[in-house]
Amino acid sequence: MFGKGILTGLGITFRHIVDSFAADRRRGFGKNRYLPEGKEHTGPVPGWITVQYPEEKLQLPENFRFYPVLIKDDETGADWCTACGICARVCPPQCIWIVRAKKDDGKPEPRPEQFFIDTTICMQCGYCAEYCPFDAIKMDHRYEYSTLERTVSGIHDKERLTVFQSYYAQTHPRAAAAEKAVRDEKEAKKAKGGRASKEEKPAAAPAAH
Amino acid sequence: MTMQKVTNVSPAPMTVATPLKDVNAVAAKVNEQFPGAASVDGGSLIVERAQSVPVARLLRDDPSLGVDYLEDITSVDWPDRFDVVYNMYNTTRQEGPLRMKVKADKADPVVPSLVPVHPGANLMEREVYDLMGVKFDGHPNLKRVLLWEGFNGHPLRKDWKEAYFEEEKKPYDQRWPDGKLVRAEDRVPYKDNIVLPPGFDPSKYTAPGEDNVTLVDADALKKGEIRSDTLVINMGPQHPSTHGVFRMRLRLEGERIVDLQPVCGYLHRNHEKIGERNAWLMNMPYTDRLDYVSSMANNFAYAIAVEKLLPTVKVPERAEYLRVIMAEFTRIANHFFALGQLLSDMGAFFTPMLYGIEEREWILDLFEMSSGARMMCNYLRFGGVAKDPPDEFWPLANKLVNDRLERAIDRFDELIAQNEIVLSRAQNVGVLSRADALAFGTVGPVLRASGVPYDVRRAEPYSIYDRFDFSIPVGTVGDVYDRYLVRIAEMRESLKILRQAIKDIPGGQQYNADPAMIYGGPKGWQLKVPKGEVYGRAENPKGSLGFYLVSDGGTNPYRYHIHAPSYVNIGALNVMCKGQTVADVVIITGSLDIVLGELDR
Repeated sequence: MFGKGILTGLGITFRHIVDSFAADRRRGFGKNRYLPEGKEHTGPVPGWITVQYPEEKLQLPENFRFYPVLIKDDETGADWCTACGICARVCPPQCIWIVRAKKDDGKPEPRPEQFFIDTTICMQCGYCAEYCPFDAIKMDHRYEYSTLERTVSGIHDKERLTVFQSYYAQTHPRAAAAEKAVRDEKEAKKAKGGRASKEEKPAAAPAAH
Repeated sequence: MTMQKVTNVSPAPMTVATPLKDVNAVAAKVNEQFPGAASVDGGSLIVERAQSVPVARLLRDDPSLGVDYLEDITSVDWPDRFDVVYNMYNTTRQEGPLRMKVKADKADPVVPSLVPVHPGANLMEREVYDLMGVKFDGHPNLKRVLLWEGFNGHPLRKDWKEAYFEEEKKPYDQRWPDGKLVRAEDRVPYKDNIVLPPGFDPSKYTAPGEDNVTLVDADALKKGEIRSDTLVINMGPQHPSTHGVFRMRLRLEGERIVDLQPVCGYLHRNHEKIGERNAWLMNMPYTDRLDYVSSMANNFAYAIAVEKLLPTVKVPERAEYLRVIMAEFTRIANHFFALGQLLSDMGAFFTPMLYGIEEREWILDLFEMSSGARMMCNYLRFGGVAKDPPDEFWPLANKLVNDRLERAIDRFDELIAQNEIVLSRAQNVGVLSRADALAFGTVGPVLRASGVPYDVRRAEPYSIYDRFDFSIPVGTVGDVYDRYLVRIAEMRESLKILRQAIKDIPGGQQYNADPAMIYGGPKGWQLKVPKGEVYGRAENPKGSLGFYLVSDGGTNPYRYHIHAPSYVNIGALNVMCKGQTVADVVIITGSLDIVLGELDR
């Protein structure tokens, strides 16, 4: 019969409307489906209404990555970064600048004096976090960075980049725990063998979290 | 209304040693006919410049060789010469590759054009001319294709430096550790960064396609005197149905297409030059940006190409499975998206598109969970994957594969496949014959819809594809509708692979806890790749994505060339569109499923 194909398609569309309506009704209209703490959901929820951003936000998976952040110790407030520069070298668009701190006598110190990331060219690949030997640079979950100009606020300096380790442990609970286990193991080995050089040690001992 | 169906074929994977594998035998065969024309060097067939066209014809027509498929043409700039490299295959016996090389002079590089033998060489030779400056003698339309005529020089030559040039290779030293920000545009301000070729006056420049527009006389039209003048119109670059900034220059006779020339390069960013200055690992996130709808599959193609150059690399079993799972999910996501757009082009506005996107969202959730990004995944590494997926990955993946996607594909197919409007618009429109599909070197679903059962996963099995049971859907007519059907059938085959892979995946180490599982470990970013050249390719959703890589033993590729499926597929647009109407061009382009990030590179 001519027109059967069109009617079949319309039937599917109609069923879709009814299903969405039923899904909304089951849940109760007007209720937030995408709660910020959103326990129920990953993936699209059927219904007539989409995410009411910014009131509602999708829950992010732990691995989600946006711009990098620098980790500082909760107790001492010291940076974990040693200004070794691996992140700056591995960065594909080369958007990281580091100024290494100097002691009074002019000798370099394993600590960054300044740390810049040009987020206007950062491609969010996550290599810096992946290859940092000190767990000192991590990919962050915050993604709201809209600005009105691109020259000044796109450059994140050390102050803007730095977060407490506890913040990272909160956003990435599993990764933080796994990294801590590796660090503890290394620490234990070092205490036993005692042959690790001083240069390779983080500026501050990892905090207990 | 006739029922059109795709047939599923399962050619056996290539196992026996084949004639094409022995380059010496091929060279001997060539030398029988053309004495002294061919020699062998490093696994490639070196052909004398003057003889390259007859040799290519012999390779194609000799039944024992049957090299009917010229997949890729590229070139390498050596200190003393240019090499033009042809990667060719036999599609009937699924053999290959045969790498043919023709040497060209450094001062005035000219080689014969292979267009008379393989019409698909047209666009690829233009690209080589444009980016490397090798001229092709006998080419019908040797003009720049990705860059405009006002571009000075040929950017892929080693002595060419771009306007914001900093250093030969990354990592750049001057960006570290000084700490002072200097923007590239401040170093070379606007206008100082533009160099025009000698004798080029931009004020007198007319872009191709704009030079011969004939305006129809309005009075004559009214009186009915008009006898359909040829009219040249430009479709795009800002046209919703070109799927990006892509222009088609149509020559019309009334509403019928007489000639169609694709004009591209609006999104060109010299990806290959960037890639040659990047370290090997740095290219991985850049490949995400090629075909941004299927970044996992791009990563896959690049990873296997580089791994071919690394003799010691051994990919763990679990990582192989993860790679296949991600690549097949990508295929489903891409085909949903592509078909949604195709149907949207046909006038089924956004309903099928959104139904497709809904399923794609679920798959992107999986990608986000495991890699951290929905589109720019950057998930594969040499010798493995970046991270093991989290625990919540598997329930969702199981649910999608065993339950949801099957129904979604059925519903999507039922929604539109028998729709009378779709049938009348898509059947017998944009027909690409089997012979043309091969001659133009088309790839992927476009090639298979024309009846060639050629799939890289079977023809040149990579990773662990030889373990899975799946077949290759093949069309019969080669029209737009066949391309639709082939994509639907391919999604079902992907589901079949996914079911097997998810069932069989071995447990294993959590790769993220031990970075040493990735090839090179924590020092992997400084990876040095042994000297050599390779053409590695993978069956991407859009077709075979190939990487031709030359390493000089350093931390950067000496040559990094991409065979982009979208780019070669538009080469066949002209034959598909001839005789069709303007409205059909829209859906024919839609059925090719092009992505401009990959087309323009």
